[in-house]
Amino acid sequence: MAFIPLTSDERESMLAEIGVASVADLFDDIPSTHRFPHLDVPAPLTELETVRKMSALAARNQEVGKLACFVGAGSYNHYSPSVVSHIMGRSEFYTSYTPYQPEVSQGTLQYSFEFQSLVCDLFEMDVANSSVYDGASAAAEAVLMALRVSRRERVVLDGSVHPEYRAVIGSYLDGRGIDMVTSDVTLGDGGVERQPMVPLIDDSTACVVIQQPDFFGTIRDLSDIVARCREVGALVVYVVGDPVSLGLLKPPGAWDADIAVGEGQGLGLPLNFGGPGVGMMTCKQQHLRQLPGRIVGQTTDHDGRRGFVLTLQAREQHIRREKATSNICTSQTLLGLGVTVYLASLGPAGLKQAAGLSHKQTKALAGAIEKLPGYRLINDGPVFDEVSVLCPTNADTLRSALAQREIIAGYPLGHDYPGFENAVVFCATEKTTDDEIQRLVCGLAEIGGRR
Amino acid sequence: MTEPLLSELSRPGRVGHRLLSGDVGTDAIADLPAELLRDELRLPELGELDVVRHFTHLSELNFSIDNAFYPLGSCTMKYNPKVNEDVARLPGFSQLHPYQPEETVQGALEVMLELQQLLLAITGFEAVTLQPAAGAQAELCGMLLIRAFHRARGDTKRTKVLIPDSAHGTNPATAAMCGYSTVSIPTDAHGNVDLKRIREAADDETVGLMLTNPNTLGLFEQEILDVTAAIHEAGGLVYGDGANLNAILGAVKPADLGFDVLHINTHKTFSTPHGGGGPGCGPVVTTAALEPFLPRPVISRRQSSAGADELYLDWNRPQSIGKLKSFWGHFGVMVRALTYITLQGDSGLRDISEAAVLNANYLRAKLRDVYEVAFDRTCMHELVATGRRQKQHGVRTLDIAKRLIDFGIHPPTVYFPLIVEEAIMIEPTEGENRDTLDRFVDVMRQIDREARESPELIHEAPHERVVGRLDETTAARRPVLRWTWETGANSASPGDASTLVKRRVEGWQSRDDRCSR
Repeated sequence: MAFIPLTSDERESMLAEIGVASVADLFDDIPSTHRFPHLDVPAPLTELETVRKMSALAARNQEVGKLACFVGAGSYNHYSPSVVSHIMGRSEFYTSYTPYQPEVSQGTLQYSFEFQSLVCDLFEMDVANSSVYDGASAAAEAVLMALRVSRRERVVLDGSVHPEYRAVIGSYLDGRGIDMVTSDVTLGDGGVERQPMVPLIDDSTACVVIQQPDFFGTIRDLSDIVARCREVGALVVYVVGDPVSLGLLKPPGAWDADIAVGEGQGLGLPLNFGGPGVGMMTCKQQHLRQLPGRIVGQTTDHDGRRGFVLTLQAREQHIRREKATSNICTSQTLLGLGVTVYLASLGPAGLKQAAGLSHKQTKALAGAIEKLPGYRLINDGPVFDEVSVLCPTNADTLRSALAQREIIAGYPLGHDYPGFENAVVFCATEKTTDDEIQRLVCGLAEIGGRR
Repeated sequence: MTEPLLSELSRPGRVGHRLLSGDVGTDAIADLPAELLRDELRLPELGELDVVRHFTHLSELNFSIDNAFYPLGSCTMKYNPKVNEDVARLPGFSQLHPYQPEETVQGALEVMLELQQLLLAITGFEAVTLQPAAGAQAELCGMLLIRAFHRARGDTKRTKVLIPDSAHGTNPATAAMCGYSTVSIPTDAHGNVDLKRIREAADDETVGLMLTNPNTLGLFEQEILDVTAAIHEAGGLVYGDGANLNAILGAVKPADLGFDVLHINTHKTFSTPHGGGGPGCGPVVTTAALEPFLPRPVISRRQSSAGADELYLDWNRPQSIGKLKSFWGHFGVMVRALTYITLQGDSGLRDISEAAVLNANYLRAKLRDVYEVAFDRTCMHELVATGRRQKQHGVRTLDIAKRLIDFGIHPPTVYFPLIVEEAIMIEPTEGENRDTLDRFVDVMRQIDREARESPELIHEAPHERVVGRLDETTAARRPVLRWTWETGANSASPGDASTLVKRRVEGWQSRDDRCSR
């Protein structure tokens, strides 16, 4: 089913207009030895057959709605009001492209401007771009930006930043001769122990990358790190953990972050097995010209009517080519729409509820786990909606055992942190029910007791 | 009438979506120290119907594939089948957490594996990753793979990348992100990359060549086998920019032409929606030699403890270039691409390219006497015409583009490739019927007449949109990039929705009048 409307008569007459005998003649520039090869691809299926096949594949997965989901770790199972998917499903939005022609793209341009505004409000930052691929690549672009701004070549990563984000930063920096230092996070008798950040930050440091809430779920007082950065002229690159946390927590701007980024998926977007989400990226006004990605600005037409355009394009690859701030030439526009609709629907009161309920359920979860013999909470500070737990058994074994009980356990910290092989970071949100918490606690008790 | 901003529609205390009828209660957050909490949260306050009307109004201000012919060259704005959307929204795909245990996501891993196998079959390569988020990140991935390949052989002298002057700007930007310098290779008189200059430039410092084929002039590189051989002789590798893959499905496998690595834009070739600019998905296919360096993790098959076959994510890839984005890529987009390729099958894929190339050449045949064609030979899926003749009458390509809007047609890509003066890059795609193409031809010919007879009509276009031509200079000089609450949320007064709709209807009517003139 190729969705090709041409009739055979039309084809014939079109070929005659072109002046060739057959369509194959139009491919004569392809070396004849390689032209029209056999494709080892199955024959076409009808739409009905395709839906059957794809539905069968979907049925081989266990979606979170059928399980009790206690994993976050960068992808959050928050509730998305129906209005979000319905607006995202309008084909005037999803079948348009980058708004190169503003007169016929005011819909996309205006919601992108609103997205930028909402992200600025949420982060309390000066300016935002209209998004990059995801939180991890936003963090990497933030570091590249800090290197350009500071003209220094040392980057300090907090070890409690999401491991995948640190890995992506590493891939982007590889081969640039950058000195990249990561602080140690270890498991001590009291729980999570951190190498102090301040001594790692010196006057050759371009930026420090921190995350709040961090990968373990902990919320920290970042004042000493920020103060040290101010002292030596390093930039603070702030990664927001679960973005719903900003309904309650002090935002990056209030911590005096220079560049703040985060994954926006938690703000109303489906989990989608990890993507697509949307990378939110903001900075202080003075760094605007080094901010990569698409940016939408407000202007007027010849009659003084307000309109929106892609702006500050002199930073971008199609003009600057090898001197561009990045090779990026798209934003996660449609996902940005989802976030915009979500925030507009919830408003400040709704977002505070989402954050408050998530925190409440997480506290209930933590409280119940704390009472279980053999289990111990290991966060070194308050938490928002994720909590790290030391278990009496290996985390992977625990996950498999819980999966058999139709429970998705938290993320096994030992995959990224040596010494944490028995530790798991659990997440609860406003969607987590008291009953689900009870089921998890029973499961943990059984697994712990069996040991 | 423009649509007000969310901030202008906001009224303090207006109730939107609530997750709870009452308050969460201060007890719930009593454990959090005050110094970690925010003082204020300023977001718009609207009712749900306000939200729905606002975004519905905004949607009406967009041209899209579903409401207009959209021949935006190099972007492959083809029809996005509705079934793709239904399948991607199945909870068994959309409601999966990336860190669920592998045994609970076997179907999702199977989707990725099947898509991988189909992409390899279509392109002729031996290894693949689906991780890159979009074309530009896929370019970065491909060039990092090439760098890793040279490095692994201890070949560290190679620092320059050859790039045709017709290339997309992402190519040099990507090379620069990898720390390489670029050498621009000119285009010859036939619209091919200059083979002689490639042979002169390729040496033992050459990382490789970044080449789009069909190239950005819409032409198939006639000396492609010699070009790739010249790079290989110098010890370099050839990076293929797959932006124009829609022209050659089933017509040729890029691997057979000597490419070592190629990126694919599923949002172009495989009909995943462009989404107003994203999300994309940029699979990268490579020869076996580059396989060890693919991003982590890769999907592999193993025996489970119970003895059954199972798929898993293999992180044990010591030579990998690492990770480019979180999790496994844009899975939701992959589902759509697999759905589409499944519908097409082997014969459908070739049909796509044949019809795309036929449509583009038909437009070339019907427009070439009026709009000069940059390199007038058989094109592939797109045509680079020019407004050079019209420029003599004081009408620029930008004016022609804006005038097309009056006829309900999205303008083609303009002023690209950079080497073509007054370029008008037209890509009709396979999905358009002959009536649409003929109407486009009629409109283009009418605009040409207007250029001679009434150029002011074109200079003032578009005439009936919600806004006219916008002041982009001021937008860049004095950037306003967000609303501000303090100053009353920018200037415009709240709009009246009924006026908006009325104006739109009138706009469409008068547009048709102009068209029939």
